[in-house]
Amino acid sequence: MSSTAPVAVQPGATEALGRLVGRRLRDWIPALVVLLLVIGGWQLAIPVFGIKKFLLPQPSTIWNAFWATRGNLLRAGWLTFQQALGGFAVGSAAAIALALVLARWRPLGRALMPYAIAANAIPIIAFAPIANAWFSPFGKSSKIAIAAALCFFPVLVNTLRGLTSVRPQSLELMHSYAAGEFEIFRRVRIPTALPFIFTGLKVASVLAMIGAIVAEYFGGTLGDLGTLIRSQYQVFDYKDAWAGILVACLFGIGFYLAVSIAERLVLRWEPSTSD
Amino acid sequence: MSVVKIEGVSKEFRGGTIALTDVDLEIEAGEFVSLIGPSGCGKSTLLRVLGDLIEPTRGTVTVNGKTARRARRDRDYGIVFQDPVLYDWRTVARNIALPLEMAGWSRQKRADRVKEMLALVELAQFERHHPWQLSGGMQQRVSIARALSFDPALLLMDEPFGALDEMTRERLNMELLRIWERSNCTVVFVTHSIAEAVFLSTRVVVMSPRPGRISDLVAIDLPQPRTAATREEPRFFELVTQVREALHLGADLDSRRPTQARA
Repeated sequence: MSSTAPVAVQPGATEALGRLVGRRLRDWIPALVVLLLVIGGWQLAIPVFGIKKFLLPQPSTIWNAFWATRGNLLRAGWLTFQQALGGFAVGSAAAIALALVLARWRPLGRALMPYAIAANAIPIIAFAPIANAWFSPFGKSSKIAIAAALCFFPVLVNTLRGLTSVRPQSLELMHSYAAGEFEIFRRVRIPTALPFIFTGLKVASVLAMIGAIVAEYFGGTLGDLGTLIRSQYQVFDYKDAWAGILVACLFGIGFYLAVSIAERLVLRWEPSTSD
Repeated sequence: MSVVKIEGVSKEFRGGTIALTDVDLEIEAGEFVSLIGPSGCGKSTLLRVLGDLIEPTRGTVTVNGKTARRARRDRDYGIVFQDPVLYDWRTVARNIALPLEMAGWSRQKRADRVKEMLALVELAQFERHHPWQLSGGMQQRVSIARALSFDPALLLMDEPFGALDEMTRERLNMELLRIWERSNCTVVFVTHSIAEAVFLSTRVVVMSPRPGRISDLVAIDLPQPRTAATREEPRFFELVTQVREALHLGADLDSRRPTQARA
């Protein structure tokens, strides 16, 4: 109702919270049911089909492994997350800056975009050992570099799309106010692009976590998540490796949700940001 | 005093489409002029040439003694399109304030003017709403308020009520006339509704297509102020008929043109 009725509606506190989370809590029930069914099915399937533990441990086994070493795991996750966050910040900022330049000088965009697309086809993950050689393999910078490289493209493409998807009449209106390019960017293009930018940032948030872990995999410091998972595979300690993956997922999901909440705070004017 | 002087304006788009050919038109201060004609007659193009949104291939446009470019730089134009073009991230009040912000008005001056404009279009209680919370007719009123907020010499309207239902359209017609009487601005209004053109205007410019040109000028001598009863006066119907015949004559000329050219 409140989205169409032209009457002043003062949203209550619960409604505001609901908007922030995206939906009412009740709407989460189907997803929770699916989660419980999958975990339950997985738990039962292992003994029923006699699946070997090193191939796929039971959820309860993974959970116990996690719980036993939770302090270490969360510390490792936090270290990895910091590197992912660094890469996310560097990669996204560079992508947004480049998108602004390409949107302002379109011929430049036409000249450079094919190479940006080609560069995106490079398997960055295979680049991780090289990045470790370029930067110090034990420092943070090599992980930040890989995470940043993974974040760059989705943010670039989405931002550019947003900056250039302004309706022609919107530009005519600005021209009728004798607006210059800078004002058109500030008042029309950037606000129009914000929802697109956040779409890119949400994709990037997950990729940043993956990039950081992969970089660590090929030469991290002791105590980060990638090194931890790898070393446990090497000693055939699969349940602990799975626990490490669980922590990686939790940080990844947490990061994604944080970006989503930031999106809702920034785009409060949007009629609907639930997707 | 003429506010607008259009002399020998032609517009040929890339690809060879001739949108306007040799258009002359003078508009006096305080007039309400409608441009009417079938699609392709160049009425929107003429409006855009007048507002310096596109450049004519030939001819000159003078607004208040200045070139159209100078007039646009001086913010002499308020523009309303068929689409309200409101910004979703701004509230109603801040949408109206946009041209004032760009003209560098102080916060206090802006707030006062926005309040005035909201009262004028009767949307005072909606100042904090976002555009998507309003109906189409209300959105268009916000768009009109924004166009008038900085007292432009010329209000250019490109089928502003074309997307609205008949009832809303007639109500907004009345409201537009009321606003026009109060603001003393000159209006150039593009429409393809004959009744709307006759009801609103002091003069109707009839245009015909291929190539776009002015085929007739009809002075509308209905008394001011116009009311709902104006639409039922015999004179109103006479003028509607006159404009309709002028439109058909333009269309006939158009269909006969190739034969004449060969003769």
